[in-house]
Amino acid sequence: MFAYYLQLGLRSLQRNPVLTALMVMAIGFGVAASMTTYSVFLATSSNPIPQKSSQLYAVQVDNWGPEDSDKGEPPDSLNYTDAMALMAAHRAPRQTALYPVGVSVVPDDQSQLPSPESTYATYGDAFAMFDVPFLHGSGWGAAEDDAHAAVAVISRVLNDKLFRGANSVGRQINLDGRNYRITGVMDSWDPQPLFFDAVNTSGFSDPVQIFIPFTRAVELKMATAGNNNCNRDPGLGWDAWLHSECIWIQYWAELPDRAQAVAYRQYLHGYAAEQQRAGRFRWAPNVRLSNVEQWMDHLKVVPPEAKISLLVALGFLLICLVNTVGLLLAKFMRRAPEIGVRRALGASRKTVYAQFLIEAATVGLAGGALGLLLTGVGVLCVGLVFDPQIARLATLDLSLIALTLLVAVLSTVLAAFYPTWRAAQVQPAWQLKSN
Amino acid sequence: MLHIKPIVVALKRHKAGTVLIALQIALTLAIVCNALFIIQQRIGRLSRPTGMVESNLLAIQNRWVGVDDNATGPLIKSDLQALRQLAGVEDAISTNSFPLRGGGWSMGVRHDPDAKKPVSSAAIYAVDDHALSTMGAKLIAGRNFRSDEIVWVEQKAYAASPQIIITKALSDKLYPNGSALGKTVYITDTARPSTVIGIVEHLQVPWSGTWSDSFSDCVVLVPTQLTGNFGSYLIRSKPGQLAAITATAPRLLIKNNRLRTFSRDRGVRTFETVRAQAYKSDRGIALLMGVVCAMLLAITAAGIVGLTSFWVGQRRRQIGVRRALGATRHDILGYFLTENLLIGIAGVVIGALLAIGINLWMVTQFEMARLSMTYVAAGVVALLLLGQGAVLAPALRASRVSPVEATRSV
Repeated sequence: MFAYYLQLGLRSLQRNPVLTALMVMAIGFGVAASMTTYSVFLATSSNPIPQKSSQLYAVQVDNWGPEDSDKGEPPDSLNYTDAMALMAAHRAPRQTALYPVGVSVVPDDQSQLPSPESTYATYGDAFAMFDVPFLHGSGWGAAEDDAHAAVAVISRVLNDKLFRGANSVGRQINLDGRNYRITGVMDSWDPQPLFFDAVNTSGFSDPVQIFIPFTRAVELKMATAGNNNCNRDPGLGWDAWLHSECIWIQYWAELPDRAQAVAYRQYLHGYAAEQQRAGRFRWAPNVRLSNVEQWMDHLKVVPPEAKISLLVALGFLLICLVNTVGLLLAKFMRRAPEIGVRRALGASRKTVYAQFLIEAATVGLAGGALGLLLTGVGVLCVGLVFDPQIARLATLDLSLIALTLLVAVLSTVLAAFYPTWRAAQVQPAWQLKSN
Repeated sequence: MLHIKPIVVALKRHKAGTVLIALQIALTLAIVCNALFIIQQRIGRLSRPTGMVESNLLAIQNRWVGVDDNATGPLIKSDLQALRQLAGVEDAISTNSFPLRGGGWSMGVRHDPDAKKPVSSAAIYAVDDHALSTMGAKLIAGRNFRSDEIVWVEQKAYAASPQIIITKALSDKLYPNGSALGKTVYITDTARPSTVIGIVEHLQVPWSGTWSDSFSDCVVLVPTQLTGNFGSYLIRSKPGQLAAITATAPRLLIKNNRLRTFSRDRGVRTFETVRAQAYKSDRGIALLMGVVCAMLLAITAAGIVGLTSFWVGQRRRQIGVRRALGATRHDILGYFLTENLLIGIAGVVIGALLAIGINLWMVTQFEMARLSMTYVAAGVVALLLLGQGAVLAPALRASRVSPVEATRSV
């Protein structure tokens, strides 16, 4: 029976090509707009490290006080003094201070030009904390951190470029004119949003290519390549800046269970209280510990454009559906005499339901096919609205294809309920009489 | 005048269709109003002037590799000398930032160094005496920097300059009832005063985001060349030479010293590209909203055409009877137009309320401005006209129904 109704449905659609085309287009456009914007929304709001997002915590310590802070929130970054105090206390099983540095790889070949690469200065714990996968070797350890060692971890892409994919562990890489020994080559690793430095990247950036020790970077007086915010004039020179209240460091702690998170929060509170007693903070302790998802929410990494366009697209889909309800109603009611005959010949209401819902589903399917095509075009055009770092995340993958078709068919069938109900209400006797 | 009562009575027999059309008009109005408003706001942003003469301007963002911050001074000097001598170059400067660059340096400007809150934030451009001619900024009072006032200093060692040039907008904020020219202000929270020696008509800050809207045209030029790893060159070409120097200037710089990098997407850009990149998302959102509006209106019109055609088809016999009883074609046409107008009015009333409601909600969510009533009014008129336009074809078809229909198939 299903196949027969499908056939009937297709035939009926051919009978009114203009009406059918209108419905298919409405559904196609509505679904495509929604799916395109949804793909961006999904990409920007996804959890970058689902397996550990509840164990990794971003640390905030208010070193600016209520006068300079935003609505009582501690600043989003730490200054050097606090970051170093927390590192030295070593209260979490793993922890790292980190900041972006502007570093270029200087090729051995004198005729080649240096190339800037996205680089972070971190502690050795970072690799285990962030689940960085390794192709060769590993990260560096505490000994290298303490020694301010000239070591580096590089990405697979960079390894392919510089060493033609060979295992480069133990070899040297020239960064800004200084040599670093490679301890590990990362496998492809591209968490988006770039949760550990969403402050400087607004959440999205190209994959990180190089990691070097934090201690080394500070020793070489590498300034942050990200934001540096000061509430007071830091004074002149590097050392004055380092010991100022200027904030530029991200701080992460790995706390595997609730108890440790509670203990760590208490420790932070205690640290801030101690600073207050020492006279450095002239305000009550104000500290925050946010896991990855809370941190992404706090920093509002989902761009407002993504939210607004998703909302507009959903409104658009709603209108398309209202439109489809109207057109289906017109289409079905026009066939009232036909329904009357069917009913008079013994068809039950249920079979009328089945026939018309299947007919609607075929419209939905056609709309879905058109929607899929348009979603493909839409995803290609995401780059017109969003930055390339975000646009590259929106892709038409298998789940989005399935979802597009599903949304198209489901919403059309949903829209068809009322017209179908009206069709099933047709009184056979009245129809037969009036014709 | 047309009789409205029989139309209302007839509509009661088509409740579902009536409600659907009204609902569609209402939703369309709500979304189109808000979308048009967003478009207008975004377009307003991207047509803001930078205060520079934007044609014939090239920006190069330069980063030194493996050079000590303090040692970059002579390198920048030699770059500038070479750039200013390059064929096709009118003038060139080295600056920490420039309008629409994206990143930059802002400070609070105060009358009094001890004041807690600054009068205004302002962007700092550290430049030399060639800045005004390179940027094409218009000096409206006072004088330009002299070459002997320029100091070279490492970024972290910068102390407030004794002479500064500010924009008129900043001058107006600092001294609403007069000019800031010759006055003393504080651009850092140290007690070092700066004297305003010149006022330029307009210059924009490096940022295009909404957060900088409160001081988007407050700029301080300081006669300082900052040494350090990062820096930008702004280069003004002679007319018609921009394409040529876009190719030759980076080559010249690399020939001068190869230990430098230009970032991939922001390294070497004509100012046209700078502007396009800065306002990309504003332009994109405006475009997206425009496309959505156009499709919405098209779909709503199509829906009205579809449903009205169905009604006309359903009522052919009644129309025939009316025609047979003496109604003119004009009467039939008027009937359908009035019917649509009634539904449309119901739709736009609901839609206007919905539009305002959505906007109020968006204001709380996305830091947007309040919807101007002009947009609602324009939307109402547009949708009523759209409805009338859409109903015209089926209504004309109805008016051509012959009175003979009354006698058929009874």
